[in-house]
Amino acid sequence: MIVADKKPIDEVIETIKDYEKILLLGCNECVTVCEAGGKKEVEVLASALRMYFLNNGKKVSIEEKTLERQCDHEYLEEIRDVIDQYDAVLSLACGVGVQFTADKYLSTPVLPGVNTCFLGATEKRGVWTERCQACGKCILASTGGICPVSRCAKRVMNGPCGGSTNGKCELGPDTDCAWQLIINRLEAMGKMDEYEKLSPLKDWATDRAGGPRTVEREDIQS
Amino acid sequence: MRLEYPTNIKIVRVPCTGKVDVIHLLRSFEKGADGAYVVGCLEGSCQYNNGNFRARKRVEQAGEVLESIGIEKERVRMYNLSSGEGTLFAEYAREMDKIIRELGENPVKKAKRKMDAA
Ligand code: SF4
Repeated sequence: MIVADKKPIDEVIETIKDYEKILLLGCNECVTVCEAGGKKEVEVLASALRMYFLNNGKKVSIEEKTLERQCDHEYLEEIRDVIDQYDAVLSLACGVGVQFTADKYLSTPVLPGVNTCFLGATEKRGVWTERCQACGKCILASTGGICPVSRCAKRVMNGPCGGSTNGKCELGPDTDCAWQLIINRLEAMGKMDEYEKLSPLKDWATDRAGGPRTVEREDIQS
Repeated sequence: MRLEYPTNIKIVRVPCTGKVDVIHLLRSFEKGADGAYVVGCLEGSCQYNNGNFRARKRVEQAGEVLESIGIEKERVRMYNLSSGEGTLFAEYAREMDKIIRELGENPVKKAKRKMDAA
């Protein structure tokens, strides 16, 4: 999923302070799972903001709504009838949701309420880790299911590098060396012969460096 | 027991303190409460194992939210007691009443009154 983190409330206040009628828009997908922008977070933030502005003698109306997704036309259409009632939308969706909402409602400011961090997994409640950088050409088949693109600081393709110590990355003792993890897993699967094979040069053309990317599937387009 | 505790305290009954969420505490302040406290069972004796631990975390979270918007976090509190400890219940009620009286009125309520009058 896409992992996001809450923005500090003073930053949010600074962003919205010039508006009077604000729609706080949550998303039921990834940001709900990582407890940054779902219905509950919308409720808490809206309540806090209402109290803050009231306390500071400013009349601000903050209404709440949480959509199934903010990255799909059909759900974003649900606010078409009401969007003109607001001076601004504070979206607690990931950057995709913020932009898609902004695209659709051209004249309404759409402001981000969370920091979108990475594609990751829930290690345990309150801890999320990065697992994928969406490089566009998955190599997990040859790396024991562990991604050196997202989990190795140097994105080494034939690792480990000389900095790997006791299974930890030279970044520090809190970071596992991705290549140690790869070796451990290949060993466990009895596939160490794969480790001996040199990885070919990775084709980075599908990565972000080539500019914004598009996936097009003619077979399913209508 | 015929114990007395401050009459300004309103009791909201919940099946378990684990039911109490951050938003419930915040809403009470939005609605004008001067303070809010959660009284749960003793730690380790929750019938649902960890309801009261969850409540404690949420009380802390609510306190942090309040503090971030300039309201004293001491206005929310968590207490634990067993259902047989009526005297302690009254004691905690008096203690909370004292803390809140020292802090004074909920600033949001004051601000709302001022705004409504303007
Ligand atoms: S120590 Fe391991 S994870 Fe860290 S940069 Fe080197 S190969 Fe990558």
